[in-house]
Amino acid sequence: MEAVTFDLEKTPLREVNQYLHSDAAELDGKTVTITNPGGTHNIAVGLKADVDVVIDGHAGYYAAGMNQVANVVIEGSAGTGVAENMMSGRVHVKGFASNAAGATAQGGLLVIDGDAGLRCGISMKGVDIVVGGSVGSFSAFMAQAGNLVILGDAGEALGDSLYEARIFVRGNIQSLGADCEVKPMDEEARQILVKLLKESGHADVDPDSFTLLGSARTLYNFHVDNAGAY
Amino acid sequence: MCGIVGLLVKNQKMRANIGELMLPMLIGMTERGPDSAGLAIFGAPVDNSERKFSLYCASPEFDWAKLSVDLNNGLKADAKVEVKVNHAVVTTNTSPESVKAWLKEHYPQVHLLSVGQLMDIYKDTGTPAQVASRYDFSKLSGSHLVGHTRMATESAITPSHAHPFTAGEDWCLVHNGSLSNAHSIRRKLEHEGISFETDNDTEAACRFLQWRMREGDDLKTALEHGFEELDGFYTLLMGTKDQLALVRDPFACKPAIVAEHDDYVAIASEFRSLAHLPDIKNAKVFEPAPKEMYVWKL
Repeated sequence: MEAVTFDLEKTPLREVNQYLHSDAAELDGKTVTITNPGGTHNIAVGLKADVDVVIDGHAGYYAAGMNQVANVVIEGSAGTGVAENMMSGRVHVKGFASNAAGATAQGGLLVIDGDAGLRCGISMKGVDIVVGGSVGSFSAFMAQAGNLVILGDAGEALGDSLYEARIFVRGNIQSLGADCEVKPMDEEARQILVKLLKESGHADVDPDSFTLLGSARTLYNFHVDNAGAY
Repeated sequence: MCGIVGLLVKNQKMRANIGELMLPMLIGMTERGPDSAGLAIFGAPVDNSERKFSLYCASPEFDWAKLSVDLNNGLKADAKVEVKVNHAVVTTNTSPESVKAWLKEHYPQVHLLSVGQLMDIYKDTGTPAQVASRYDFSKLSGSHLVGHTRMATESAITPSHAHPFTAGEDWCLVHNGSLSNAHSIRRKLEHEGISFETDNDTEAACRFLQWRMREGDDLKTALEHGFEELDGFYTLLMGTKDQLALVRDPFACKPAIVAEHDDYVAIASEFRSLAHLPDIKNAKVFEPAPKEMYVWKL
């Protein structure tokens, strides 16, 4: 396996991202390490190749946004919008993630070892997100599909105006958003949870310690009695 | 947008170089605030009987030496005036009230930026790098500082509209965000006898806190009242004679990141401004939670 290293203090980000956008065949199987990220925005965005990328430090905004296929590991924390609109592949943040982690993402797996900020998984459309710590308020707002697993606590208005995404929470929930309710953990959901815990390095965590939340589906069609909730 | 930075140096030896440590922090926030920059530095205190007045005059030809002579004659004072380009720091034991009144009457074109025993304020238009070099920010020494880079969204680009703003002696505030009810707060405070120098929304927040503290609130209680009254987006960073304090609005619309190290506490809008700090790898880096007050003491 070939290894390539870029030092962001010496190489401009555009050059690094352009390298990461070269022919998929050329990048396949390579490991690209990016040192001294220093909170730079837009590191490793729009990847489409089967490449391993290691960001050795703290990343700025939109790291690994729009990711497809690639496997991106951020050794430090991630700024706003990490893995936003991810399509497939895997993004792993070893520190904490700021607001809007995994926003609108359609597929793949986002693993955050620390806490995630506000609006984690906002409008998610099929991604799986596993947060080792807690999530801030308004997480999974208008989440449409996919699974959000929270090992810690959740802030205010969790799953507000939820569609068909599943939310699994182990800790305390400050408050549920409109139309988000506790559901019985059926076997299908439990299997999904077990698989995601395993894939995110939490195989030792008891799946029965989680609560499953889903949509009450009362806001799907307009009803005048619900006008205040829209 | 706008960028904020704060640095509190715990290691006594490093205080002589606080300006040098801070400079990349301020310049790192250029993309967030390219049109003006400002800094409040808390340095060695003047004698207990004295006060420092940070002054600014827009005209580059302004005769600071004449102001110094006129002030000493007019108030029978022995004020020392230290000039830096179009800013000056006046040190005197004459009461702040008489200095303010005298300036207003005789030099209305001179803006009084701050009064205190430790704090000097510099603020001007231009990129952070330009402003920093104009006032030699890299040579500053002191225990803590608060800085700001501005991208104006709601009022004019002038030195007076730049941050920091002050509310009382050795007390300053910088703001990233925008307030939607700044004008109604202003109307309310004007009835309370609080006067404004600009139409800037941050000044409304600053005067609101000044008013609350005048009414007997401590900083924490004043900020709790602020959460109820201030409508909009804000990360506020405040500096006092011996502490830095930070709050974010309940929706955390505006960013903030903190690095706590044995030698220093550094605060910025983004990690970009902290990346260069010495031994940052061993600092505890975290994002402050919304609607919580964080205080770091010297």
